[in-house]
Formats: sequence, C-alpha cells, structure tokens
Amino acid sequence: MSRLPEVLESLRESGRKAVIPYVVAGDPTEALTVPLLQALVASGADVLEVGVPFSDPMSEGPTIQKGHERALAGGTSLRSTLAIITEFRKHNQETPIVLMGYANPLERLGYAAIADMCANAGVDGLITVDLPPEEVEAMNRELQRVDIDNIFLISPTTSDARVATITAQASGFIYYVALKGVTGAGHLDTAAVESHLSLIREHTDLPIAVGFGIKDGDTAGTVAKCSDAVVVGSALVDCIADAAASGLDYENVIEVGAKLISEIRSGVNLATSQL
Amino acid sequence: MSVEMSPNKYAQVPDEHGRFGVYGGKFVAETLMSALSELEALYRSLKDDAAFQAEFDADLAHYVGRPSPLYEAARWSDMIGGGRIFLKREDLNHTGAHKVNNTIGQALLAKHMGKKRVIAETGAGQHGVASATVAARLGLECHVFMGEEDVKRQALNVYRMKLLGAEVIPVTSGSKTLKDAMNEALRDWVTYVDNTFYIIGTVAGPHPYPMLVRDFQSVIGREARAQSLAMTGKLPDALVACVGGGSNAIGLFHPFLADETVAMYGVEAGGKGVDTGEHAAPLSAGIPGVLHGNRTYLMQDENGQIMHTHSVSAGLDYPGVGPEHSWLKDIGRVNYVSATDTEALAAFHRVTRVEGIMPALETAHALAYAEKLAATMTPDQHIIINLSGRGDKDILTVASIDGIELGIE
Repeated sequence: MSRLPEVLESLRESGRKAVIPYVVAGDPTEALTVPLLQALVASGADVLEVGVPFSDPMSEGPTIQKGHERALAGGTSLRSTLAIITEFRKHNQETPIVLMGYANPLERLGYAAIADMCANAGVDGLITVDLPPEEVEAMNRELQRVDIDNIFLISPTTSDARVATITAQASGFIYYVALKGVTGAGHLDTAAVESHLSLIREHTDLPIAVGFGIKDGDTAGTVAKCSDAVVVGSALVDCIADAAASGLDYENVIEVGAKLISEIRSGVNLATSQL
Repeated sequence: MSVEMSPNKYAQVPDEHGRFGVYGGKFVAETLMSALSELEALYRSLKDDAAFQAEFDADLAHYVGRPSPLYEAARWSDMIGGGRIFLKREDLNHTGAHKVNNTIGQALLAKHMGKKRVIAETGAGQHGVASATVAARLGLECHVFMGEEDVKRQALNVYRMKLLGAEVIPVTSGSKTLKDAMNEALRDWVTYVDNTFYIIGTVAGPHPYPMLVRDFQSVIGREARAQSLAMTGKLPDALVACVGGGSNAIGLFHPFLADETVAMYGVEAGGKGVDTGEHAAPLSAGIPGVLHGNRTYLMQDENGQIMHTHSVSAGLDYPGVGPEHSWLKDIGRVNYVSATDTEALAAFHRVTRVEGIMPALETAHALAYAEKLAATMTPDQHIIINLSGRGDKDILTVASIDGIELGIE
C-alpha cells in the first residue's frame, strides 16, 4: 500500500512543501546507501527517490550517469536496490520511497514479479523514464494490483491533450521535468515552470513535484512557491561523489549530503513561510 | 511462379503504435514524445505524396547515383562452386555505402520541418559521413556523436566528417561505441528538440524511425528484384545481408518478404565466436528487452544491464537490432546467422583479390556466410548479397590486424 497519498496530503494540509532528494542506489557504495537515506530523512527529506542503476541511463546528464556507473561497478542491480529498501524499512516505516529507473531491468525480471518484489520491499512508487503512457499499460496493471503508484513525467513539450491523458492515469504525484534536457542541465526558467504548473493543475489535483535544474536552497525555494515538492538530484549526487573522492570517511560523506538537504529544506521553508 | 507482389502481412507493420508484433514501440522520455508524434504525422502525410517521392527519387538518381548495379561475381562463384552470386553494389553510392539512401530521405524531412540543426550517431562512421554530406548540401549545422573507441578505429571517416563541416563529438561513457553514441544523441535531442532533427542511421530507435528508415532503404530491394528478373528471368533463391542495427538488410529484404520462395539470411557479428560471449549477435544469442526507444532482442545480463559487445567491425558493434528483424526472426521468415571476425576478414581478403571489390568489414560478414551458403546450392540457383559498403575506411584496421605498419595514424 503506497504511503504517498497520505503523506503528501498531510503535508499539503500543514502547508509544508515536500523535499525529495534523489540518490543512486549503491553510489558510491552499497553500504553507504541505507545510512545516507536515513540521514537525508533526518535533514528534512519528506520522500526519497532512489535511482536504479542502469547501463544506459539515456535521460541522465554526466553527473548522474557517473553515479550509475559507480553503482554498477560495485555490482548494484535492481535486486540489490530492493534489498537496500528492505533494510531501510526495518527502521523507517513512514517515509515514502519512489524508485526511478529505466524499463529494461523491469522487463528482464518481469512486470508481475517486479511489482511483487517492490511491494514486499516497501516501495511506494515507480518512475520509469522510458515508459511513457503509450507503453505503460502492462506495468501499470501490475502496480495497481499491489497498490504502488506509477509516477508519470510531464515535460515542457507535453501538449495539453497529453497532459489530460497522463493525469487521467496518474497516481501518487506528477513529476514535472522543468527543463528540456537531461538531469543536471542548465538554467531554470521559474516563470515558465509556474505557468506550466497552472496548466497541469487544470487537469489534476494530484501534488506536483518539480525536478531537473534545482541546485540549491534558492532555486528550491523559488520552485517550491508554485509546486508541492522539489526534487534534488544532480547537486546531491555530485556533492556526495566529490566528498567520497576526496577520501572522507563514510560518516563525513553522509554529512555532506545531509547538509545540502538541510540547506534545501531551509530555502524551501523560508520561501514558503509567508504563503 | 508468380513474381508479382500482392498485399501482404509484411506491408501491415508496424501498426499504429509502431509495433512489429511485440517489438518496436516508443520507449522514450516524455520530452521526446511530441517530437516523435510530429515526425510521424509529417512522414505519414509525405510518404505517399507524389512531389515528395519525386524529390527523393531525383536526389537518389542524381546525387547518390542510383540505381546501383547488380553485378554477377562470376569468378568468386566459380571458385566456390555452387550457386551463382550477385552483388548489389551499394558501395558505389555517393559516400560509399547504403547509408546515404536514408540520410537523403531524412534530410528532406528535416527540410520540410524547417529544422536548421541535425544530429546523428555513428559507429563505423558511414552514417556520420552520409549525414554530414546531406547537411553540407542543405547548409544545415551537423553534430555527429561517435564512441571514442570508434573515433580511433575509424580515423579516416572522422576526418571526412570534419572536412564536410560536421562537428564530431567523441563519446566517453559506457563502452565508448555505437550504443553510447546513440545514448548521447538522444540526450542532445532531448535538450535541443525544438530546433534539431535527429537523423537515426538504422532501423532501430523509437517509432517512426524503424518504419521510415526501412522505407527509405527499401529502394535497394526494389531495384534488386527488378534487376534479378531482368538478368536471370527469375527471383533470387536467397538474399544475404549483414545485420548490425539492420538497415541494409531490411532495405534488401523488405520488397521480397512476400516472395515465399526467396530464402533470407541476416548475418550478425559473431566476434570471437557466439559461444565466447564476445560478439554482437543479439538475434543469435540475445533476449528481448527495451533499449533506445524500442523493444527488441538485446545482449543483456540477468539483471537487464546491456552488455558490452565485440566485433572487428565498428558498424556491427551494437547490442540491439531493429525491431522488425526481431519480429522476422520470431515468425521464422528470415534466418539469422553469424560470422566471426576471422571469417569476415578472410572473406574481405578473398573478395578483394578475386573480384577487385574491397568490401567494408561489416559487409564482409555477409560475404563470409554467403560463401558457405553458395557452396550448398546448384548452378541454376542464385544469391543476392547486399554489398552494403566499400572497405576503404577499414584499411587501417585490416593492416593493423595483418601486422603491417602504414606510417599513418
């Protein structure tokens, strides 16, 4: 049973905007992921987004690509990602977890098996970058069977007609891709984001998370004003990778990631406190 | 025997969702969906448009030099002793391979869409050269993504692209070959989708690419069919073509699919041997999955990670294959076989010496299998091999394998 609807609804009622950090499972090592996720929650994360390592992450920019490569080099797969979630759930039954990945690892294990494995591990939602509405039906059926949300992406190029189709099938929340481009790219046009979100809201009451291009407390705060949640991916993956590469021990690497999420949390709270 | 084409199931694919049976489809990020729909709508409106077809045909005739000859390789056939072998001479096209048939077609689409910037992925560099060529002719900005590994082994084609005004971007992620070049091209497209046309070089990728590339390349098979009838009074008994992504093979095969008497062989890169794991033969040893926008046979591990491939030929060094080939394999219409690096190199040397035709290393895989096939046939039977490209680009690779120092890097 997905935790997303209840958690996001209670956040909305309390006026709190969700902070959603993204990390790649097994990056830089498998042993680090569970304590890192715990520290991110302690620093103000409301939902966790966990990347499933894939050999060909076509929508990722160089930063997250490298995260996938490090995780694969350490042997992390979809199966071991689910083992990581199972471990995390021993100590945390509250925070929703969304897996973000690509279709082929799901296809390889089979949609029905994956849905069951995700439910058993305590996953709440799935984002599959290369399963647009046209290709998602079989997967969606299996996810609905086990009450896991399928999170759809909407982008600046999505037509109004497509927004209607997508929101009709969506549950959990909508993930708005703020930029044409790969993760970690370029400059965010917050005015454009705001106008797109109001168009999407004409079709759905689901919470809308915004990702791609959020780097720090300021951008997060600006985006949080018009959205329900902000996703921080490349900036977090990057600072963790830098800390690990500089030879810091695990606790300090985790501390660096947690500090960024604290800053994002403060930026979001500051920007949205008068709303 | 009837030699007329009739309406058939092979003309019904892909369906409206871009599927060939369970294969194909549109497995891409949401950002690209509108661009694909726009391309599909444009192509559907133009494919039966007389003016568009006339423009395409005129370019093929006057710029590419079509029709390409069908040549009987009599001396080679005699040496093998068996069926007669004919070569469909795509190596004589402008730029030296079949790739240009498709880039001409897609460049016309780009022109109709008003796109000023084109991108392409390339393995051996033939598609990159063919893309850079049409871009030069139409005055379009051209960026070609090429794996760093391939940039090294296809240095001549890299320089050709630069001379044509294209920017060649070495791709350093993953296995640094064709699959990674395609990832990077997709990343570029998602970023610059508003002003950019992505010229995909093979019958893979998301719908409508497998369909439109097949349609543009089918000129090969249409000509070969007519030429076979004119030269021998009958259809060929067998067709042989190499298969990486599979565009030259589909181009030859497609117009013959309804001709039940014509056997077809798609030859994949066996690398060091299909049983060694070091190859690029997904139809021979792969499992269906999703990569680069379509569902198809893939070389992948038990976790669904795409495996590194190996082939002496950069153009075949790809872990996937066009979805229509996956369908043709499953329904049993085409036989998919393989030839190793060693067999391909031997065929490269033999055909060069016996016929004075130096084939691309990709093509040499088809030649290697055709030798075995011809030996089992009788003199009243004949094979058409798609001589898909010329081998000039490969001479450094061949020299290095033969231990010869040419003094150029």
